[in-house]
Amino acid sequence: MTAVLDISGLGKTYKSGHQALAGVDLTINKGEIFALLGPNGAGKTTLISIVCGIVTPSAGTVTVGGHDHARDYRAARSMIGLVPQELHTDAFEKVITTVTFSRGLFGKPRDPAFIEQLLKDLSLWDKRNAKIMELSGGMKRRVMIAKALSHEPDILFLDEPTAGVDVELRRDMWNMVRGLRERGVTIILTTHYIEEAEEMADRVGVISKGRLILVEEKEALIKKLGRKTLTLNLADPLDAVPAELAQWNLALADEGHELVYEFDSQAEATGVPSLLRRLSDLGIQFKDLHTEQSSLEDIFVGLVHETKAEERAA
Amino acid sequence: MIKNLRGIRAIYLFEMARFGRTFWTSLMLPVITTTLYFVVFGSAIGSRMSDVSTVPYGAFIVPGLMMLTMFTESISNASFGIYMPKWTGTIYEMLSSPMSPLELLIAYVGAAATKSVIIGTIIFATAHVFVDVQVAHPLLMVAFMILMAVTFCLFGFMIGIWAQSFEQLQVIPLLVVYPLTFLGGAFYSLDMLPAAWRTVTLFNPVVYLISGFRWTFFGQGDVGIEVSMGAVALFLALCLAVIFWMFRTGYRLKN
Repeated sequence: MTAVLDISGLGKTYKSGHQALAGVDLTINKGEIFALLGPNGAGKTTLISIVCGIVTPSAGTVTVGGHDHARDYRAARSMIGLVPQELHTDAFEKVITTVTFSRGLFGKPRDPAFIEQLLKDLSLWDKRNAKIMELSGGMKRRVMIAKALSHEPDILFLDEPTAGVDVELRRDMWNMVRGLRERGVTIILTTHYIEEAEEMADRVGVISKGRLILVEEKEALIKKLGRKTLTLNLADPLDAVPAELAQWNLALADEGHELVYEFDSQAEATGVPSLLRRLSDLGIQFKDLHTEQSSLEDIFVGLVHETKAEERAA
Repeated sequence: MIKNLRGIRAIYLFEMARFGRTFWTSLMLPVITTTLYFVVFGSAIGSRMSDVSTVPYGAFIVPGLMMLTMFTESISNASFGIYMPKWTGTIYEMLSSPMSPLELLIAYVGAAATKSVIIGTIIFATAHVFVDVQVAHPLLMVAFMILMAVTFCLFGFMIGIWAQSFEQLQVIPLLVVYPLTFLGGAFYSLDMLPAAWRTVTLFNPVVYLISGFRWTFFGQGDVGIEVSMGAVALFLALCLAVIFWMFRTGYRLKN
């Protein structure tokens, strides 16, 4: 795996004194889909803006495809396409004009055939002569993506790509992202929809308060931090958890109709078989049972809370 | 410093297309303004005015009128050109593109200056309908016109970066440049003023610019052509210095 983007010791303190980034180190591999997760105000957009040259960092370096993004900014920026979070468009321009403009701005020779294909891929071809102001929000988002892809970038940044986007466009976007990855484009997306990261990403980074608190393969992350929940639907409701079952730390739910046991699925002894044996010894009958793997969302929420708790303690 | 010619071309054409959308208003405005000035100053008042050192009053006001319109047009077009992307947010694309500051400057200022020169030419042509204007130094006149357009577009670009609201965008052209130009000898020669006011007027930088332009027409101005050239060079250098400081520090462009 070769690194296509290397971020080292990146820090940003705004004039207001707000510290948006505090020493972020991150390496992105060529061809991967990386999801940067974090709550609002965690520093996701600042991180992207620095890499793309919109915000000046206070500390640290960024290397894009081996090019320093400050010294060798032309080479670095030529490799990057950016779809910002906000819909910034030239309202009076035609779709095809604005996309052609973006290609020129990045110093690429005109290529009407490429632009045509790009607009077709994004279902924009029929609207090519429409003014941007006449388009719906979802279509505007597509225009922004077309602009970002117009110069055939190696790295695509999608800042909150599906914020406020309908289900259909979200599906289209996910398909498009997969298609791009097949063509070798590296994709970095920020999101606070865990679902999105879970669906698409190869690796996940969690950022909170300007610090990258975790970077991990998505699968490994879910496995490693995965807690499972066993839920038993009881035949007869219980008023309280019997004292004999204290060692499992059980909880009652659904007005005593459910018995809930949380366990670590990676542990050698999960405690599930012994629990079931003890239940049968006690004559507690259950009609049904199921287990649930905790989602990335639970992991994420847990992590961010942990960080906050640590900060309070410090 | 200049490598991305395609990028310059893209922005230049984008800006020219923006002007193109308002082509007829852009074209009619200077024609109508010039006509009005000639009806009032040329015909109504001008016939009662004596010649300004051998130049008929009607012809005398032509360079001043051109400069007055070109100054305000240059500033408003160039400032609007860079302020709009800031306002709509599309500036993100310029900042993330492989364009050097100099390339951005050439594209935006080049487009705005082109429009100013076109407008100046239209005024010049319209003026010919009303008065007979002879140009003593045509080449110098064209050079001066282009130089003035570029300089004031640079000034406008600066204002566009500085401005944080549409009101701020208007305030300098309307409250500073327009009065200074009006009082800078656009419609009179400094000789017509009482001695005390003449001294005060010499502190107005615009006097030197208009005088220089008038010199290219009639071979005479309120001050020597060398002084005017010096003033133009100074103003140009000042604008460039401020703009490069803005780009280097990212002033109001980058956080």
